[in-house]
Amino acid sequence: MTTIYNLLSSTWHWSVSGALIALTMFLLLYAGREFGVSSNLRTMCAIAGGGEKYDFFRIDWKAQRWNLLFAFGAIIGGFLAFYVFPNPEPIALSAATIEHLQGIGVSAPSTAGFTSYVPPELFAADQIFTLRGLVALVGGGFLIGFGARWAGGCTSGHAISGLSNLQLPSLIAVIGFFIGGLVMSWLVLPFVLQL
Amino acid sequence: MRLFYYLFLGTIFGFIMTKSEAISWYRIQEMFRFESFHMYGIIGTAVVLGAIGVALAKQFGWKTYKGSDWKLNAKNMSVPRYLLGGILFGLGWALTGACPGPMFTLLGQGIWAIGVVILSSVAGTFAYGVVRAKLPH
Repeated sequence: MTTIYNLLSSTWHWSVSGALIALTMFLLLYAGREFGVSSNLRTMCAIAGGGEKYDFFRIDWKAQRWNLLFAFGAIIGGFLAFYVFPNPEPIALSAATIEHLQGIGVSAPSTAGFTSYVPPELFAADQIFTLRGLVALVGGGFLIGFGARWAGGCTSGHAISGLSNLQLPSLIAVIGFFIGGLVMSWLVLPFVLQL
Repeated sequence: MRLFYYLFLGTIFGFIMTKSEAISWYRIQEMFRFESFHMYGIIGTAVVLGAIGVALAKQFGWKTYKGSDWKLNAKNMSVPRYLLGGILFGLGWALTGACPGPMFTLLGQGIWAIGVVILSSVAGTFAYGVVRAKLPH
């Protein structure tokens, strides 16, 4: 039992994680669904009444209930993985990344007091009320929602589902993800952290 | 009852996202700085296995449990929508270190600040719906 618990709690090898993500996609395809989490954001707009004025949200959101439940499950899965099967070790980030991040004002991953998955400089609850936190959280979220819908999908819909189906549009989208990601990480992020 | 299947799959997915550390802002920075193979290994394994499975499904005509074809709709070809939308998404992904799946998973870990990201992403999606007729697709 202890062995199983330890296996479930620790970090999984990338190949195991990747294989299980592919399996999740196949279990959705077998059920007649497509793997894509960002569609839920459109569904939420439709539930909030966005369809009254804008065609884009005039959809039968009840047909999307399955995906909302999938997203709700992702919340439960996060809870279980973090509180019931916590990893006692902080994430093993590369030394080069730790050094770079410390240089721009981000502390190294640590399980002390917070979580090792995200830095307190951006994600501690009181950051919601700082300029830096607002720019990163509100600005970042807005870009994710706007960009995902414009591109017709996010990491799950394009990078996993679309590339698995060898779709050129998805490859273009993933190239876009990387252009944006590289610009942010290398050029913009250091300035955001100075705020 | 069938809806529980999706709740269950989502729960497994959230668990995988956590244990793979794909939910980590740190791992996303490490990926975009090309300082570890970890994230490339995860996405690469998923895509290679995914592509093999999809190819087999097409070759052998695998069906859904209802007996219909798998939903593998081809996306309309275009460059501006995927490239420009993708760039905006990538900027947000690297800034928050979270894409839509991990956003929800982090909420389950008590990272309340991610709730701001979720609400803002809904606002971003809404803004897209408002201005989409003016954007190149």
